Amino acid sequence: MTGFGDFLREFGDSMTVKVTTTVNGKPVSGDVEPNTLLVHFVRENLGLTGTHVGCDTSQCGACTVHFDGRPIKACTILAVQAEGHQVVTIEGIGQPGNLHPMQAAFQENHGLQCGFCTPGMIMAGIGIAERNKGATLSEETIRAELEGNICRCTGYHNIVKSIAAGARDM
Amino acid sequence: MYNFTYHRAGSVDAAAAKLAESGDAKLLAGGMTLLPTMKQRLAQPSDLIDLNEIAGLNGITVAGGTVTIGAMTRHADVAASAEVKQAIPALAKLAGLIGDPAVRNRGTIGGSIANNDPAADYPAAVVGLGATVVTNKREIAGDDFFTGMFETALDDGEIVTAVRFPVPQKAAYFKFPNPASRYAVVGVMVAKTAGGIRVAVTGAGPCVFRQPDMERALSGNFSADALSGISQKADGLNEDIHASAEYRASLVVVGAKRAVAEIA
Repeated sequence: MTGFGDFLREFGDSMTVKVTTTVNGKPVSGDVEPNTLLVHFVRENLGLTGTHVGCDTSQCGACTVHFDGRPIKACTILAVQAEGHQVVTIEGIGQPGNLHPMQAAFQENHGLQCGFCTPGMIMAGIGIAERNKGATLSEETIRAELEGNICRCTGYHNIVKSIAAGARDM
Repeated sequence: MYNFTYHRAGSVDAAAAKLAESGDAKLLAGGMTLLPTMKQRLAQPSDLIDLNEIAGLNGITVAGGTVTIGAMTRHADVAASAEVKQAIPALAKLAGLIGDPAVRNRGTIGGSIANNDPAADYPAAVVGLGATVVTNKREIAGDDFFTGMFETALDDGEIVTAVRFPVPQKAAYFKFPNPASRYAVVGVMVAKTAGGIRVAVTGAGPCVFRQPDMERALSGNFSADALSGISQKADGLNEDIHASAEYRASLVVVGAKRAVAEIA
């Protein structure tokens, strides 16, 4: 990335610019303002509404996506910061008929009630499984590492079971 | 969030020049505090200078009894680093107790200490381990870096580039987290270093502070029992819906004892 002098990218507060990034393995672009959040870019520009906005204050984790392979909260990063990075949303990990093992585990274990937190739980659950690869994944570890994802139905018991099962199958 | 002009810096020098020239500019590191603050309209910077794409600000090196952590190194990387775990396990543990996993994947050590939230964890490590803060202009002793609530010794246009932690003989970190936010209601770093015993307390007061009574007591007898006669004054400590000043004062003593017991 060159061509902007000392700065790689600059644009003013009344401007919209085209942001180009990679979402679910495909190059995508869209017009955003500087203060557009990644979650809004994904939902509104790209129409990928599986990523939810639960709290908009970085507490609940419903907006969890993978950024360069790591779970982050898409409500607490600017869309423009995704330029040159890889974003994966819940739509990118599996499809009906070809679910990701973590999605299948949530279905098997009834890991959801209303379903609003589920996309974030699954994206966070994949992160838990990957961080603990090769180790025995205890219920205690899953509960501790889910501290950034809130289920307002309080259905944690089956969510924890689902993540344990999904991690075994990954 | 109010709008702003966005600058993606390609170098520390470019970021520093822009920061000095724009009066209400802010640096964007991990953004884990800044972006939520802007969303609540508690901050309204004219410009955001993004440090995330600057090469060389990220990474951990352990050499010659010193752990050097680049300013843009994420908490998750410090927590997971085999080298940090080996050299200063208390530092890896502290990093792994910040926020939640998604926050640790973005939040940075430089952002944390430059913001100097009274309840942040890293200030306890910087002061408790006697670290040195490296900026684009100079080196600042950890003891001199944190000057008050959300205040640091950083000048206008000065940017943290790394933090250097001398490897202590022993160190342990106790944290009593707020169960919702995971910020420290009280955090205590106790370290036995070549230069003596250091006890640094975060969360309890408006700014991280050292506890000289405890340091003296532990110098003669490094055991939890040595702290039995010591009390922490509640005057001037933080008081909010989560904990009274007296409760925090009590937690400082309990926390220091537990940290010492872990390594004595």
